[in-house]
Amino acid sequence: MALFNIFDIAGSGMSAESVRLNTVASNLANADSVSSSPTTAYKARYPVFQAIQSSLMSPGTGADPTRAADAAVQVRGIVESTAAATASYQPGNPLADANGYVYNSNVNVVEQMADMISASRSYQNDAQVLETSKSLMLDTLKLAQG
Amino acid sequence: MPLDLNAYLGIEPDALKVYSQRAEVLAANLANADTPGYQARDIDFRAALAAAGPQGNALRQAATSANDLAAAGGADGEASTATGDLSTEQFLKYRVPLAPSLDGNTVDSQMEEAQFAQNTVRFQATLTFLENRFSELTTAIVGQ
Repeated sequence: MALFNIFDIAGSGMSAESVRLNTVASNLANADSVSSSPTTAYKARYPVFQAIQSSLMSPGTGADPTRAADAAVQVRGIVESTAAATASYQPGNPLADANGYVYNSNVNVVEQMADMISASRSYQNDAQVLETSKSLMLDTLKLAQG
Repeated sequence: MPLDLNAYLGIEPDALKVYSQRAEVLAANLANADTPGYQARDIDFRAALAAAGPQGNALRQAATSANDLAAAGGADGEASTATGDLSTEQFLKYRVPLAPSLDGNTVDSQMEEAQFAQNTVRFQATLTFLENRFSELTTAIVGQ
């Protein structure tokens, strides 16, 4: 029954969105981190989402041609932002380089907050879909029982 | 007296099947609301049900006009095999987006939510119709 597949699909969506929330948490926590060189400065992280048939996500199973409608989400990987780290002059900071500069993370806090809201809304949508499908299945089970 | 349960239930079980497949497609759209390049899909419900429908309708008409349930029972064998291989693949269509987005994703979460809610209500309505049919049967069997 197609309703069973929804558990896989919405579940994969929730897990992908929670990875996204995780990266947002890391980025926000490190928004004010400084470093002594631009290369070691914290870079904002972003997950890369990709559509995939949910049967392919569990190891040892191949694509199922009868499940054409099935498109779950997987996190393909995490990429780091390539935006340049800004330098600020803080000669008193123990992490400052020879010229007295420290390098800030390239996290854009406003962008991260917007990302957080988007991830949480998508998570709520998936949870709602799961809940609705569950009650539909239970209603179907109760058919003709009185 | 042979009563053909499939003919008695009519189009409702097929409708239920198409509704559950449509729920799956809409769930996939919502799960991929943030996937770059994902193109939202939907089931052409009319076509999907029509593929199951003509047999169902013809059966019901045959059963009511001839007033002979046994004759309908003979024809039903074909109908159930015809609807058995009903797959959604051929009825999947891509949605036309209202506004293009930079990442190529064509999912409109609000619209998908609304469609999902509508699909759910229709699923429940079909369940109610089926429930009524079963209670009619129970009344006929128990006789009170």
